[in-house]
Amino acid sequence: MADVTITVDGKKITAPAGSLLIEVCKSAGIEIPAFCYYPGLSLQAACRMCVVRQEKVPKLQTACTTQIAEGQVFFTDTPEVIQARKATLQMLLGNHPLDCPVCDAGGECELQDMTFKYGAADSFYAEPKNHREEQKWSPVVYFDRPRCILCYRCVRTCSEGMDVFALAVENRGSSSTIVPNVPAKLTPDNLAHLDCEQCGMCIDVCPVGALTSGTYRYKTRPWEMNHVATVCTHCGDGCKTTLGVRSTADGSEIVRGDNRDKSGINSDFLCNKGRYAFDFANSSERITQPLVRQPNGELKAVSWEEALTCVGKKFAELRDTRGGKTIGVIGGNRLTNEEAYLLQKFARSVLHTNNIDHHRTADYVAFAQSLAGTTGRAASLRETLTAPAVLLVGGDPTNQSPATAWNLRSNVRLNGARLYIANTAEIKLRRQASAFLQVAEYGYGALAAFLAGDDSAANIAAPDSAALASFRDAIRSEESLLVLIGNDLRGAELKRLIDFGLTIPGTKFALLADYANSRGAADMGLLPDMLPGYTPIGPIDTQDPSSRIALEYRSPTTPGLDLLEIFEAAETGNLSAFYVVGSNPIARYAVDPATLKNTFVVVQEMFLTETAAIADVVLPAANLYEKSGSVTNSYGDLQQVKKAGDRAGVRSDFETIVRIADKMGADVRKLVPFGPVSNAGGTRADMGQTRGAQSGEADRHAVWLTANNLEPRLSPFDPSAILDEIQRLVPGYEILRLQLLSGNDQHLSPAAAPIRDNAGLVQISNRRDLVLPAGDTLFTSGSLGRYSAILNDLRQFRPRQSLIQIDVQTASD
Amino acid sequence: MSTIANSIFSPELAARFDKLVTLYPVKRSALVPMLLYAQDEVGYVSEAVIQEVAQRLDLFDLDVRSVLSYYSMLRTKPAGKYNVQVCTNISCMLRGGYEILDHCKKKLGIENKQTTPDGQFSLEEVECIGDCCSAPAMQVNYEFHDELTPDKVDEILDQYAAGKILDSTQKDGK
Repeated sequence: MADVTITVDGKKITAPAGSLLIEVCKSAGIEIPAFCYYPGLSLQAACRMCVVRQEKVPKLQTACTTQIAEGQVFFTDTPEVIQARKATLQMLLGNHPLDCPVCDAGGECELQDMTFKYGAADSFYAEPKNHREEQKWSPVVYFDRPRCILCYRCVRTCSEGMDVFALAVENRGSSSTIVPNVPAKLTPDNLAHLDCEQCGMCIDVCPVGALTSGTYRYKTRPWEMNHVATVCTHCGDGCKTTLGVRSTADGSEIVRGDNRDKSGINSDFLCNKGRYAFDFANSSERITQPLVRQPNGELKAVSWEEALTCVGKKFAELRDTRGGKTIGVIGGNRLTNEEAYLLQKFARSVLHTNNIDHHRTADYVAFAQSLAGTTGRAASLRETLTAPAVLLVGGDPTNQSPATAWNLRSNVRLNGARLYIANTAEIKLRRQASAFLQVAEYGYGALAAFLAGDDSAANIAAPDSAALASFRDAIRSEESLLVLIGNDLRGAELKRLIDFGLTIPGTKFALLADYANSRGAADMGLLPDMLPGYTPIGPIDTQDPSSRIALEYRSPTTPGLDLLEIFEAAETGNLSAFYVVGSNPIARYAVDPATLKNTFVVVQEMFLTETAAIADVVLPAANLYEKSGSVTNSYGDLQQVKKAGDRAGVRSDFETIVRIADKMGADVRKLVPFGPVSNAGGTRADMGQTRGAQSGEADRHAVWLTANNLEPRLSPFDPSAILDEIQRLVPGYEILRLQLLSGNDQHLSPAAAPIRDNAGLVQISNRRDLVLPAGDTLFTSGSLGRYSAILNDLRQFRPRQSLIQIDVQTASD
Repeated sequence: MSTIANSIFSPELAARFDKLVTLYPVKRSALVPMLLYAQDEVGYVSEAVIQEVAQRLDLFDLDVRSVLSYYSMLRTKPAGKYNVQVCTNISCMLRGGYEILDHCKKKLGIENKQTTPDGQFSLEEVECIGDCCSAPAMQVNYEFHDELTPDKVDEILDQYAAGKILDSTQKDGK
């Protein structure tokens, strides 16, 4: 809309006509307080805090609902306005318990801040306060009714934002109260409960302490924690989660996860896993001492030195006697990029093997190769919030990538985006879809063919051919399209869909995977046939820039064994050593542990998983919340990971890999190019960045360096040294360092070399199970999820089936 | 014919509801009238009523409860055969509404929002029922009685007890 000029407190402000006054003022640096107003949600005008005086208008106006027009004059700070706000506060405090000293929100409470600002300490309301007991609506959502100021934010975020409709207001006037969707009289325990996705968004938006989180309540105060903004370890969306940490006797404990400053790629959103499922880090089941299997078959706790010496000696011996080709390496989906890169470099240059893979949850090789030679075709997560038209094929973002689902819902609601969904299942997002196409089982390949114009594929693609045809017409009429692809599509099917999409100009793509760094693991070359950046392994040609990595590594020039072939090699006795870093392939691929009985197995793990249980050496590992580095989400958005928690006894996978290389007699400086670039001396000490924020002077120095965007890079355990190398060697990883260190996301496109003539999507087409989607839901997260007590709690917490309406019923209007 | 299988309502009411949902631009607009008609037939808004109404209007049960709890003339517990609603809003209050209410309590032996043990009468203090010019007033089911005095109230309640006054809804044979 055309710009208009208004005057606020004597200041001229120009903004588009029809903008909300509260937002216009915010952009101009004029604060107008509000409890009920929340950007992106519908307008309520319930709290009356945002009142302002408008010239020539008899009554005070609510800034949250006032749309601006040319020449309007407003006053936001007159004694009259201040008095009105004070009176509003007095009324809100009329029945508010003022239990700030024990309330979770104390210290970060909007009502407390406003009371402080407007000084509404005395009140004309002399009636006794009406106390109500707190209610436990679910293991994670508690409600303290007297604290509620009825701003309706929770009700709106649950209905409009989450499309769950689990909260509503009952009764009228001063008896009004927020209620959950399962009323007390229908439950066996006679208490009201929530039947919902347990995302905790209601707690997040609550301006007071009426809704509090089961994992955090009454544990600490906001100012007693350090707040570390890092990336969630669970799904592939890579949301920023801020972890509140506190010192304990054996490290530092994570007390809270939330979306504190909303500065991340996920903006307003955080799901239940990012918010609550950090508790695995504090689990008492964690391994905190290296374990080495003794001749009698038992795992015995030993010192790090002993364990590392054992691993180093054995690895070197097996490499030298039986050859690198008999060693297999599996990396994890939750390692940082630096760790994944280091692991494959270690495997290739120290172990001399290309037998390296990871549990692939999406076919990024095919994705990158299909996009080879194009530019600007890979989408960022941010685009799911702005794209005018989105095609979602396969997948179930509501369960598997909740932030994507949130963005799609918001995009449809706020921008009127058109969402086209093709799925074999009736996924929940269909409620926002302009068109939903039921795809026949195994019909995605045929669907891609049909979309591309092959009409003969119609009867395999979908049961309803008329719907199929109109679906194709609708998609083809779009000028630009964001294509989101679920990980149930892989290999040739995936390529066919992308090839079709590439025929529409302006189409962008994203492939959704399952874990925090699934994309990074593939990008960093945890693959038997690809070096980092999807550089195919082949004969070295010194003139060819794509041979640069191989030249530096001096690694084998023939592709290695993939994950499934590694286990086949073990069966035939051709696997001498098996090195697993942060993965549980034994359980995931249902491998018979007996196949590895003659193999030397080393596992870096947090818990005694099925894979760790059969290991000869188990090395206790730090998790993603206890290390620094970077991760790349499903979309290719690179973000910084910061160390939050700490556990005595464990080490980051980065450090452990370096130490094993050292014990094998490798030149560590070649593996991790640390130290000053000139290599002319300088400090070599570990400045503490591997040990966290409570370890003394050296750490403070490192913290200071980091805060000033200077990188210590002084130790072989410093991931930023490897990041330098990634930046230098990996195609597609032209990183803006400042952007990364500022905690911002940056989008990277895969830069695969174009497919050579007779090479191509070999493995996936004949070995579909090599890409194995994890199929996680909101309440599971691979092997890690099993060690999160709260996720298990939530999974078991379900109201009686007959009461569940969320899954089955559509909401009206 | 009802669009809902196994409707809890009479065939006539079910048919009326089928039509009702078609009368509004959005289905949920039929919510309040539907609840009122359902209450007239069932006597109160039961869980079964909530569920069927929600189903008819494509709403969650929670939406229905939300609206239901807002309106004081919708009740979730059975009332007596004759629901005596005494107004104590300003006009009635000035003309002795509270006396009428107290008299009813004494006469029926029950407090506000209670029902007599024989299930004949229930008593409710209500806000304005729109009969201010003839205050004080009360409403028994759908029947108005105004310019009340304690004596007149006795007479009226006795007639109800004797079954002499029929509720207008009963008169219509519904």
